[in-house]
Amino acid sequence: MSQYDLIVIGGGPAGYVGAIRAAQLGKKVACIENDRAGGTCLNWGCIPTKALLQNALMYQNMQHKAEEFGFTIEGLSYDWKKVIGRSRNVSNKLAGGIEFLFKKNKVDYIRGTGSLAGEGKVSVEDADGKTSTYEAKNILLATGCKARDLPFLHFDGEKVLGAREAMLLEEQPKEMLIIGAGAIGVEFAYFYNAFGTKVTIVEMMDNLLPVEDTEISKALEKSFKKQGINFHLSTKTTAASVTKDGVELTIESVKGGDAQTIKGDVCLVAVGVGAILPGGCEDLKLSGRGFVETNDKYETNLPGVKAAGDLIGPPWLAHVASFEAIHAVESMFDPNHKSKKVGLFPGCTYCHPEVASIGLTERACEEQGLAVKIGKFPFQASGRALAAGDSEGFVKLIFGEKYGELLGAHIIGGEATELIAEMGLAITLEATWEELENTIHAHPTLSEAIHEATSDAFGHAIHI
Amino acid sequence: MPKYIEMPKLSDTMTEGTLVKWLKKEGDTVAMDEPVAEVETDKATMEMSSFDEGTIYKIYVKEGDAVPLGTKLAMVLEEGEEAPANADAPPADSPAATPAEEPEAEEAAPAEEPSSAPTTASGDRVKASPLAKKIAQEKGVDLSGVSGSGPGGRIVKKDVVSATGGSAAKSAAPAAKTRPTPASGEDQRLPLTGMRRVIAERLLESKTTIPHFYLHIEIDAAPMMAIRKQINADAEKSGGNKFTVNDFVLKAAIKAATNVPAVNASFAGDAIIQYGDINLAVAVAVDQGLVTPVIRSAQHLSFEEVSVAMKELAEKARTKKLTPDEMQGGTMTISNLGSYGIDFFDAIISPPQSLILSIGAIVKKPVVNDRDEIVPGLRLNIGLSGDHRVVDGAVGAEYLAALRKYLEQPVLMLL
Repeated sequence: MSQYDLIVIGGGPAGYVGAIRAAQLGKKVACIENDRAGGTCLNWGCIPTKALLQNALMYQNMQHKAEEFGFTIEGLSYDWKKVIGRSRNVSNKLAGGIEFLFKKNKVDYIRGTGSLAGEGKVSVEDADGKTSTYEAKNILLATGCKARDLPFLHFDGEKVLGAREAMLLEEQPKEMLIIGAGAIGVEFAYFYNAFGTKVTIVEMMDNLLPVEDTEISKALEKSFKKQGINFHLSTKTTAASVTKDGVELTIESVKGGDAQTIKGDVCLVAVGVGAILPGGCEDLKLSGRGFVETNDKYETNLPGVKAAGDLIGPPWLAHVASFEAIHAVESMFDPNHKSKKVGLFPGCTYCHPEVASIGLTERACEEQGLAVKIGKFPFQASGRALAAGDSEGFVKLIFGEKYGELLGAHIIGGEATELIAEMGLAITLEATWEELENTIHAHPTLSEAIHEATSDAFGHAIHI
Repeated sequence: MPKYIEMPKLSDTMTEGTLVKWLKKEGDTVAMDEPVAEVETDKATMEMSSFDEGTIYKIYVKEGDAVPLGTKLAMVLEEGEEAPANADAPPADSPAATPAEEPEAEEAAPAEEPSSAPTTASGDRVKASPLAKKIAQEKGVDLSGVSGSGPGGRIVKKDVVSATGGSAAKSAAPAAKTRPTPASGEDQRLPLTGMRRVIAERLLESKTTIPHFYLHIEIDAAPMMAIRKQINADAEKSGGNKFTVNDFVLKAAIKAATNVPAVNASFAGDAIIQYGDINLAVAVAVDQGLVTPVIRSAQHLSFEEVSVAMKELAEKARTKKLTPDEMQGGTMTISNLGSYGIDFFDAIISPPQSLILSIGAIVKKPVVNDRDEIVPGLRLNIGLSGDHRVVDGAVGAEYLAALRKYLEQPVLMLL
């Protein structure tokens, strides 16, 4: 029986990153994965969907912008199987990369399903049903989450879909219903709509991307409407029926009013995720919503067992999971390590226009009674955005009134997800508007909008 | 294998050094022992030489940064050597996180432990976030007294808020600030240099722990000035060494200490250390502070050797070329403010020494001579600050009497 310093159960952005960090610290590490290294992110989430969304953007540009740019494209068409196939190829390439990283860092990569098997022990059942047991001084649970369905609407892999199935459809649906307007719902809505599927979103909250700043959500709603995406906001789904022809949902406004029915070939249920618990976790303490409870050092109630990533609760983001795993592992081997729970993280949605944010929304500032100054700058006034033919959206920055510290940044527009990094650095370093304003932003770039929005907050933007 | 230039230990009490200036840039070639950078230690700024020869491939520490001993400052590649893939960052074994060997506890308390508050110990700038600085400025919080909880001991908002008793966030806000316009007459905070910090620490220690007492004499400088004039007039013709007034004072002080060795001693808790050599430290003002290079075994040096040694040390001090060795081990000190027009003053003893002489300016003034006549005289005021645990008043007086003898009859010191 092999003795490890650390066994990680799960090979996603928490698991593989945690395993490699422990190996870097000179520890003997194994990582157990029952699907493919890379987890949801790499195989069924972030990466393959970004590949699809790139297809969508390219197709949209060729359809609607080519002429403006002076191109005449005749007989434009696409091969759906290749669209889907390209997305899979990107994932495959990256999954292989992780296995290489394991080798390079001398992490034992064990294929199979890991379970807790008593203190300091992990059992692994491989594809042939053979079980082996390993010993470890430390165990890190990083098994992630899977999509949740609804009590009256269960995943069937054909008509009722989770995100994983929605990125593998062999045939393009003509009409698609989407329940939930979070990042996953919104991204698939954009993707399928771009390829001509009639998309209808149902969201219980008042806005698309309800966690984002309301002004950003409103701008996205305007854009989606223009693109032809239907949505029912403040609307709940009360019943559903699945037939061989498709799915029918009964929906009604949360504010009251008559119920109505809507129909689609398929229905994507994107209402959230639930933790995947490995076997042997009967004594593991869970929160009310079924996620694993951890303290600041990512310790669970079981001795020698830590947990990191999606299964310890929201936000369910790959970059947050990796951060958590690194802190969980470092604090395992360094008693003086000051591990931190994640408080500040960027959120990105890769529809077009993209949406990215970090820090507090204006709503949250109001709730906390913070006096703020807000600056905005539209990409319509950005030379670079106009040159690129993509001037939709704006930057909105929120500063504390008294000290001018950056509290929140909210961007909707072409490269929003790339622009947000600067804002994360600024908040992490506790920068104030002066540091942002005194930083020369290259011209012409989209990042100038950040500079101008900063100046606008304090009343001296030049270009608006 | 690439070689690294590391922060060397340049003095006994040094725990970190500030890279003041790179004399080489990336891509420059360096020869063995060629100066590559100026480094400020807790004592002084000095040039640091390369132990290897080759080409500076990558510089890791930028000018103005304070880093612990042993920190890799730059990578040097030999001729024809390829840079390793990870050359852009110093290798992980760089002791930035794990501070190098702790200096042995010395009487001059070294900086506090680097893990808790490296910012205040750095002797460099205070590392604080812009927001923390703004809150501190408004609340009047001295950031050098705040320990930082951010990466590398950086002071962040919550550190300042907790230092003000948590009031920063809630206190009644004055009218929201617009563009801050620094008015003239505004106070400035000048961060301490390593040298200034050491001066502050050591002199505070001295003045608060050593029982100082002070003696003054006024000597007749006319004979000395007459002899100096003769010697220098001759040197003018022969191209020989010229002597300063200070050279006479140094030589006289050395001679007097051979006559009264009790002043050349240290208090050591349960004993007094009587030094075998007279290592005469001389205070030299430099930019932003002072250094005290040491003339070693001065009792063996001729008048001219003392003069030449002093000239060399002073020149090195001005050009920041003093080595740590040349600033250590003084057994008594002379501070001369005569050229600054000071008539007389009392100096603070430099621990662990027991004596410092304070030399004023030579002043022309009326004196009463042996025949009770008032005549013009050239007078020099000399003060002695002594550690009373080692030097009693009578011993100090005896020393000053000897000093007077040599300065008033300079021929005697040339014997």
